[in-house]
Amino acid sequence: MSVETKSREKILEVVNAAIEKFGAKQEELIPILNEVNRQLGYIPTEAMEEISRRLKEPKSSLFGVASFYHMLSTKPRGRHVIQFCESAPCHVVGGREVFESLKEELGLEPNETSPDGKWTLITTSCLGVCSVGPVIVIDEDIYGNVDARKVPEILARYE
Amino acid sequence: MKYYRSHVLVCVDPECLQKGAHELVDALQDELVATGLIDEVQVLETSRIGGCSLGPEMMVYPEGVHYVGVTPDDVPYLVEEHFLKGRLVNKFQMPTTKVVDEELGAPTQKEVRIVLRNCGKIDPENIEDYIAEDGYQALAKVLTEMTPEEVIDTVLRSGLRGRGGAGFPTGKKWQFTRQAPGEIKYVVCNADEGDPGAFMNRRVLEGDPHSVIEGMIIAAYAIGAHQGYIYCRAEYPVAVSTLNIAIQQARNLGLLGKDILGSGFDFDLEVRMGAGAFVCGEETALIASIEGRRGEPRPRPPFPAVQGLWNKPTNVNNVETYANIPQIILKGAEWYAGYGTEKSKGTKTFALAGDLNHTGLIEVPLGITLREIIYDVGGGIKDGKAFKAVQIGGPMGGCVPAEYLDLPLDYESLAQAGTIMGSGGMIVLDEDTCMVDVARYFMDFTQDESCGKCTPCRVGTRRILEILTRICDGKGQDGDIELLENLCQEIRTNSLCGLGQGAPNPVVSTLRYFRDEYEAHIYEKRCPAKVCRSLIRYEILPDACTGCTVCARNCPVNAISGERRQTHVIDPDTCIRCGICMQVCNFNAVVIE
Amino acid sequence: MPTIKSLDDLKRIREEALEKRKVKTASGQVQVIVGMGTCGIAAGARDAMKAILETIQNENLEGVIVTQTGCIGLCEKEPIVQVVVGDQPKVTYGKVSPEVARQIMQEHVKNGNVVKEYMIQV
Repeated sequence: MSVETKSREKILEVVNAAIEKFGAKQEELIPILNEVNRQLGYIPTEAMEEISRRLKEPKSSLFGVASFYHMLSTKPRGRHVIQFCESAPCHVVGGREVFESLKEELGLEPNETSPDGKWTLITTSCLGVCSVGPVIVIDEDIYGNVDARKVPEILARYE
Repeated sequence: MKYYRSHVLVCVDPECLQKGAHELVDALQDELVATGLIDEVQVLETSRIGGCSLGPEMMVYPEGVHYVGVTPDDVPYLVEEHFLKGRLVNKFQMPTTKVVDEELGAPTQKEVRIVLRNCGKIDPENIEDYIAEDGYQALAKVLTEMTPEEVIDTVLRSGLRGRGGAGFPTGKKWQFTRQAPGEIKYVVCNADEGDPGAFMNRRVLEGDPHSVIEGMIIAAYAIGAHQGYIYCRAEYPVAVSTLNIAIQQARNLGLLGKDILGSGFDFDLEVRMGAGAFVCGEETALIASIEGRRGEPRPRPPFPAVQGLWNKPTNVNNVETYANIPQIILKGAEWYAGYGTEKSKGTKTFALAGDLNHTGLIEVPLGITLREIIYDVGGGIKDGKAFKAVQIGGPMGGCVPAEYLDLPLDYESLAQAGTIMGSGGMIVLDEDTCMVDVARYFMDFTQDESCGKCTPCRVGTRRILEILTRICDGKGQDGDIELLENLCQEIRTNSLCGLGQGAPNPVVSTLRYFRDEYEAHIYEKRCPAKVCRSLIRYEILPDACTGCTVCARNCPVNAISGERRQTHVIDPDTCIRCGICMQVCNFNAVVIE
Repeated sequence: MPTIKSLDDLKRIREEALEKRKVKTASGQVQVIVGMGTCGIAAGARDAMKAILETIQNENLEGVIVTQTGCIGLCEKEPIVQVVVGDQPKVTYGKVSPEVARQIMQEHVKNGNVVKEYMIQV
């Protein structure tokens, strides 16, 4: 997979900044992991090791936390992460067709990353914007009232 | 200082004066004295309300009702209706009230807005806007005039129950936390609104964050805490940012921090963001997550009121519960308890979603019927279709069929109908919905969100999902229904937390009310609602097909064949039943058989 | 703003805030309020906001205050834009695409005519 992996320097820089921002305390672990995940798109092993060393928390418990939460990823992700809301209100207003169309357009199943490293498709729980469902989120852009036919046009906006 | 529940602003512009505005003011004053309301309702003179031509005119807050053409003779009637009985007097309302109504904020008279009173009305990123709407007045009252015990007593008497779903009396919870031994205590706001289709907390957090903050400071004062946390889900980035701005503004004004309002009381607040785990809405899991651990629940007791965050007594309430507090303090326990039923007081927000004409958020007094919500507030079922069921209470809730439409909504009657209040998600399903598919959908959700700590929930939900999936796939077997019932019972009684205990509800309730649909799937290999893909076939009606080729061009698997201007045909073996042909057909020629 | 140290301080800030509001309405200023809850954003409120700001710039409109608010509870009508001209009642528009937003700015804000076809009853 030609997904970009991050250089060690970059990883350490991001980890240091995150620990600086929140403090090297166990209770700040989730904010730190969230920040690293946001900056790098995932939490690389090197980041885990560094956080473990700085917070004096065993790596096993760190992996325990990182694997528990859906939004944290320990695997590299594509340049653009598409989150599809799989909740009931979206489901009943045509979400299923949108999801089929997404999978079809991208050639991906959920939790897969495209070979060119452009896309990662994941599902998310309710985003709370049910009245404009079906909803998809690409990176930090949220799209409401999506229907299957709009999918290719939305995807085309991303490089 | 006095706390008026209502302000009447009478316009004294020249035109209104000429029409008797001063006489109106006098008549109002006299009538308020006569009815003993003078300490509750304040009459003020103002200008430029905008209806002088129809004067004399007045605005009544907090409702924001604009009355025009009121003479002194009308005053007794108006005061009795509006201020004593709390009813709007239509005949004096400004004719353009269709627009002015927005101040009332409600499309129907069935709604009562306490929690949502400021949402969509104030700028959430400007604390002054909140203060202008009597914001932080309740806090001032509490800190200057009330003891912690009096605060708890007021909340107890208001009858407010936890709006997160379980409905535990809020005042009791506060009392327990206050009485729990220990110097250090915490208040926590559960803003991990994870139920699919429920977004009322998002709206409060994004639209009126200070009401939650004020409620939390009051709670902290009542229980003796000096630090609080708002645990907000990561799926709500806008809410997190709005909250952070609001907290900073409150800090800058000295409404958070040391010596709040010169009272000597210290309290500060932090936002903690989740990272996408539904179970963190369970209070013990939420606490684990704030502590920086896996958000797994633990057995209760001990309850968080005794042993919560870092093992200290902790009061955990939901967003909506806290947002109610300032109004209860300002307007009084009796005022709040005036709404609702005997055991379920006040109002509740619901998120209406699904096959309704008007989806969105509503706030209604408890005790209202489902029929009123669905037909009066929600505008009825979309496209004139028939109502089939309403799924209430999120993934741990159940589906309630048409025979319960006149059920008054309160905690107890919902439990009787086989569902829960939950946080207030309400998904309305029309006749085209397959109830087995709905149950399967919710089970897919819970088994995915099961944290895995206890076996009944981890394994049991997966087994249920497998059975439901095979029923939807047309591979259901004789005995599956009984097996489901059995499993549901086991999971319900043996799971560790509310997630597992409630997980079977969607299955149990659909089995209770829609057993025939399960039977049709299993024994007749038929999906009555024509939803389950393995049990349906798409066909093109030869009479309606114009041979325009749109369907064939849009079919992702090239399952449709046919020449231009000739009837097209779908090959059932290639068709993946995605339904795109039906969506794109302009002649309604594609049908499901 | 100075910190609030007493009840009187709080009351004063409240009075000032109310006063500011009154000035806004009395001076005939135009307020354009965009619903920027997540639902609004998902339905395209940012694009509507952009169109509004661009129109103000391109047309050199003065005395227009653009603010935001949260979700008003009619999410299926998002993006929602409200216009208040001076002391006239608030007008609420639904399904405001960038084109509609430009039309509202031209017709309503600039020329004072309500754009009836996109008005919604709230």
